[in-house]
Amino acid sequence: MNLEEIIREENIVYRRTPLLTDKALSYCPGCGHGTTHRLIMEVIEEMGIQSDVIGIAPVGCSVLAYEFMDIDMIEAAHGRAPAVATGIKRTWPGKYVFTYQGDGDLAAIGTSETIHCCNRGENITIIFINNGIYGMTGGQMAPTTIPGMKSSTSPFGRDTAMMGYPLKITELIAQLPGTYYVSRQSVHTPASVRKAKKAIRKAFENQKLNKGVSFVEVVSNCNSGWKMTPVQANKWLEENMLAYFPPGDLKVDGQLVEQGKTS
Amino acid sequence: MGKIRGAIVVDTERCKGCELCVEACPTDVIRMERKVNSKGYHYAYMEHPESCSGCMNCGIICPDGAITVYRVKEEKVSEET
Ligand SMILES: Cc1ncc(C[n+]2csc(CCOP(=O)(O)OP(=O)(O)O)c2C)c(N)n1
Ligand code: SF4
Ligand code: SF4
Ligand code: SF4
Repeated sequence: MNLEEIIREENIVYRRTPLLTDKALSYCPGCGHGTTHRLIMEVIEEMGIQSDVIGIAPVGCSVLAYEFMDIDMIEAAHGRAPAVATGIKRTWPGKYVFTYQGDGDLAAIGTSETIHCCNRGENITIIFINNGIYGMTGGQMAPTTIPGMKSSTSPFGRDTAMMGYPLKITELIAQLPGTYYVSRQSVHTPASVRKAKKAIRKAFENQKLNKGVSFVEVVSNCNSGWKMTPVQANKWLEENMLAYFPPGDLKVDGQLVEQGKTS
Repeated sequence: MGKIRGAIVVDTERCKGCELCVEACPTDVIRMERKVNSKGYHYAYMEHPESCSGCMNCGIICPDGAITVYRVKEEKVSEET
């Protein structure tokens, strides 16, 4: 069998979802933002809800997410996406509403909006891209920068005695009764990408139940900010980031998952 | 049982040369082209097309959605010869 016989329309098993626009993504080569955009759009395509979704883009590298996701979207001020999502969801309770936020957006300037939105139990989905750094502004230390990790404002590595500890905001909001599903995933290998997609799917499907916030953290690389190649960055992520931010479900159907039982 | 054959087509203008697909391919099919696209990125191509099983790993890891994966079950030409 020659290649011409294989490369035929009817033999396609994977292709870029048409819910991503034709525009070239503005991300650095190998950045997990692109992978995560794709997963969200694949889930929306598979659920057939393209015209019933409203997304809220953050400030950060993904500030232009609305250019790439072919759905209705709004741009929020830095950190305020959960507040904007609250207003939209309460106005249109039948729509699927989600925020897409980096760690600087969600866990630094927007900490208050994140926590109160989760505590109010708004019936929305939050997708949280944790790359441990402020990517867009030049790789400064974020609340999520792990101990010892170098950044442009912690060039000798994060010293917890001086700079405090990384904020595990996902663990924190899992404690709140307003969250219904809380999961941490990553997008550094094909297997992890497949798992992350399942979690994102669940987080969107939960909106039909009206039971509160579904929150998926996606541990991702910022290879430019980390000053590594994409391949090196994903290896570093696996060995270092995932040790501090272990992947798995933290809360399922409103029930905390026992430690050590995470999948 | 027919053999499973796969192939990929890379959108060479979308590819940013990150090499994550090269790393993700279990059968070492992919290499980076010496030539560059209009943005100056080396792009991925099948160096060993005969080894591709159509497993989709490359498509699933590509941040830029640059890869289309094809898979087909090769029918046995004849039962007995
Ligand atoms: C009110 C306000 N304060 C500060 C900034 C500067 N700023 C832009 S992006 C950013 C941090 C982005 O980091 P993160 O949310 O982790 O996203 P990433 O770029 O890593 O994807 C900051 C501080 C801003 N745009 N607006
Ligand atoms: S700076 Fe970091 S987070 Fe931003 S696009 Fe580049 S790799 Fe991605
Ligand atoms: S489909 Fe699988 S075997 Fe084929 S090139 Fe991609 S990763 Fe390699
Ligand atoms: S993963 Fe995608 S962007 Fe990266 S080299 Fe392969 S085809 Fe190009």
